[in-house]
Amino acid sequence: MMPGGYWNAILRVDLDRGAHWITSTGEALARGYIGGRGFAARLLYDELVPGTDPFGPDNPVVVAPGPMTGVFMPNTGKVTFAARSPATGLYGDSNMGGHFGLAVRMAGYDALVIRGRASEPSVLVIDDGRVRLLPAGDLWGLGSFDAEVRLKEKLGEDFQVAVIGPAGENRVVFACISHDFGRQAGRTGVGAVLGSKNIKAIAVRGTRSLPVANPRRVMQVGQRLFRHIFSLPGTASWTPYGTAGVTTLINEVGALPTENFRRGTHDHWQELTGETLRRRILVRDKGCTACAIPCGKYSRARLDGTERYVEGPEYESMALLGSNLGMARLEEVAHLNWLCDQLGLDAISAGAVASFAVEAFERGLITRQDTDGRKLAFGDYESLAWLMEQIAYRRGVGDLLAGGVRHAAQALGGGSDAYAIHVKGLEVSGYEPRNTLAMLLSYMTCDIGAHHNRAWAILHDIEVGRYKVEGKAEKVIELQHLRPVYDMLCVCRFPWIEVGFGTEHYAEMLSAVTGEPVTWEHLTHLAERVWNITRLMAIRDRPGFGRADDLPPRRFYEEPVEGGPAHGHHADLADIQRLLDRYYQLRGWDENGHPKPETLERLEIGPPAFARRPAGAG
Amino acid sequence: MILQALEEECSGCLACELVCSLVLFKELNPRKAAIRIRGEFPAPGAYRIACCDQCGDCAAACPHQAIYRKASGYWIDPDKCRLPCTLCADACPRDAIFFHADVPHAIKCVSCGQCVRYCPTRALVDKDGKVENMAPVWRNAR
Repeated sequence: MMPGGYWNAILRVDLDRGAHWITSTGEALARGYIGGRGFAARLLYDELVPGTDPFGPDNPVVVAPGPMTGVFMPNTGKVTFAARSPATGLYGDSNMGGHFGLAVRMAGYDALVIRGRASEPSVLVIDDGRVRLLPAGDLWGLGSFDAEVRLKEKLGEDFQVAVIGPAGENRVVFACISHDFGRQAGRTGVGAVLGSKNIKAIAVRGTRSLPVANPRRVMQVGQRLFRHIFSLPGTASWTPYGTAGVTTLINEVGALPTENFRRGTHDHWQELTGETLRRRILVRDKGCTACAIPCGKYSRARLDGTERYVEGPEYESMALLGSNLGMARLEEVAHLNWLCDQLGLDAISAGAVASFAVEAFERGLITRQDTDGRKLAFGDYESLAWLMEQIAYRRGVGDLLAGGVRHAAQALGGGSDAYAIHVKGLEVSGYEPRNTLAMLLSYMTCDIGAHHNRAWAILHDIEVGRYKVEGKAEKVIELQHLRPVYDMLCVCRFPWIEVGFGTEHYAEMLSAVTGEPVTWEHLTHLAERVWNITRLMAIRDRPGFGRADDLPPRRFYEEPVEGGPAHGHHADLADIQRLLDRYYQLRGWDENGHPKPETLERLEIGPPAFARRPAGAG
Repeated sequence: MILQALEEECSGCLACELVCSLVLFKELNPRKAAIRIRGEFPAPGAYRIACCDQCGDCAAACPHQAIYRKASGYWIDPDKCRLPCTLCADACPRDAIFFHADVPHAIKCVSCGQCVRYCPTRALVDKDGKVENMAPVWRNAR
């Protein structure tokens, strides 16, 4: 029998044939992979045939909320978008807040799987059980904000909309998916995959009550846990500033990426704090579904007479569009943030790509001939804003950069790979890690490429010592097993990591929804399974994948950081190799980073479904 | 309890809608709630809250005497309510009467106070001061 919390229904959409149907979720997927990222990983493991072109019709886009999404308990607003990433060529996912996941669940689905390519630009409209493709010629080309406004006018306010911008249409490999005027599934380019399918947006309206085993229990647990999170001191101290509350600390410890990761401290860091944002540009605090600690800082920033509304900038945008681009004014960062959101660019990768371009310009690999005579410079809002547009529309040098820094460095040559700051093709997010070894290992081993939130280990580095090697692999793995639990349940991690809401609550929360007993330890065991399954996909999808793919950019172990508390230091390659050895050993992987047979047996992963049936069947 | 909405404090999290549907129907369904949050984005970046202050205009307008006075406010008697009559909604000055295809009667606030207790940003308050906001105060931080 299916556990509570599920519809036992996955909506399948075949855009080639304009057809849709339902398949059952099944107990094995529900109990073994919970939802969200777990569903995405298993479904792609089973259905993504190796060698599939990320922009080919056979690359499935999985949209998966979890059994907790939209439940009356603290911070249940998440949904996962996943596909084979055009940025990395590997499994890619990104999770997003807002209310889209709730709408998918209220429409009656545990997940959506979208394949094929629509014959014309279209919106996938899901209105409870009614599914249709709406021609979207009038929306194609519009910015994300404008398209969301237009769609809500057309379909009704009660539709929740996930939309791509011009960057997604033009297959920029770091194009994001946007929702609710400020929430994004930013990383790994799933927005470009939707664009390649001619899908401008997915609009969902659901009217059904969520399937939960025990509503009374849900209400009791929810009431108690809301009261609990309200009582935590961190709730009142963290919430006013949201993620950008961390800027001061990160700058202080020398980990604020600055000028393409040459430095870890920024002269104008005070422009990039949550305190400055709140004082100068905040309009209101904005939350996702059932959010007890709204980190969304919806703002209005004026620059040279132009006023822009933007959610944020949150910390990652402060770092990648702020310090890493050498910006000296919050309003300029907010406007770059707005521009990325409107164009549909992931603010993290877009900022990192732009900083790479500035450095390549400084070194003469990109010249004024490539930039319509402009000088690309850190801190120069005009040229950087121009560059973002070039990227989103793949014009001139923007076309080169639209492939991400790895691609651009390969094309430019001239030693530019030394300052192409990425792992596995995904640009490094907002923590300068060469003097924080656990954070560095976290970036190196992250399954989707260099993303911080799979294991935010930097505080551990500060606590135990930056250059210490012992214990770091253990810590990173512990965090890497903890984090997928949140992503499988589709709940937000901030209650835990930022305000001290303990992990001990989640088993009880899930249990009230499913009606089945579960333990935190079991959930982290399932997380380990997810971690291994995405690794297996990388190995099978990219011949030769292994240890070399886990190495960080050379800058982190060859160039000393300039300024700040770690001035003159960089990571040591021998330490990096020791960290990897230990990490692989603890994971039950061989020295090339491939899971050993006994590890796979212990985790009961089994072969993928496509390998179990004849080619072309089903 | 008299429910009052402080729209400028709302974060749009829908906790009120979720707890309301649990109270009224023992279900999780914001579209069955007797309170509704609507965003106005991108500009001005505001939330509008439709909720009931128990003014009684709906009871006066109901031709079936389906809305009656209780100590806590006006309640709907599902047995007397006759859809598709929607005169109560027409009479409501706050657009706080709701309908759902699966519910055979109008949906209206019963003044239970749960949304006040659990609103994370204290955007809903009890004018009478009897129901306490459980969330901490942090909005005046600058």
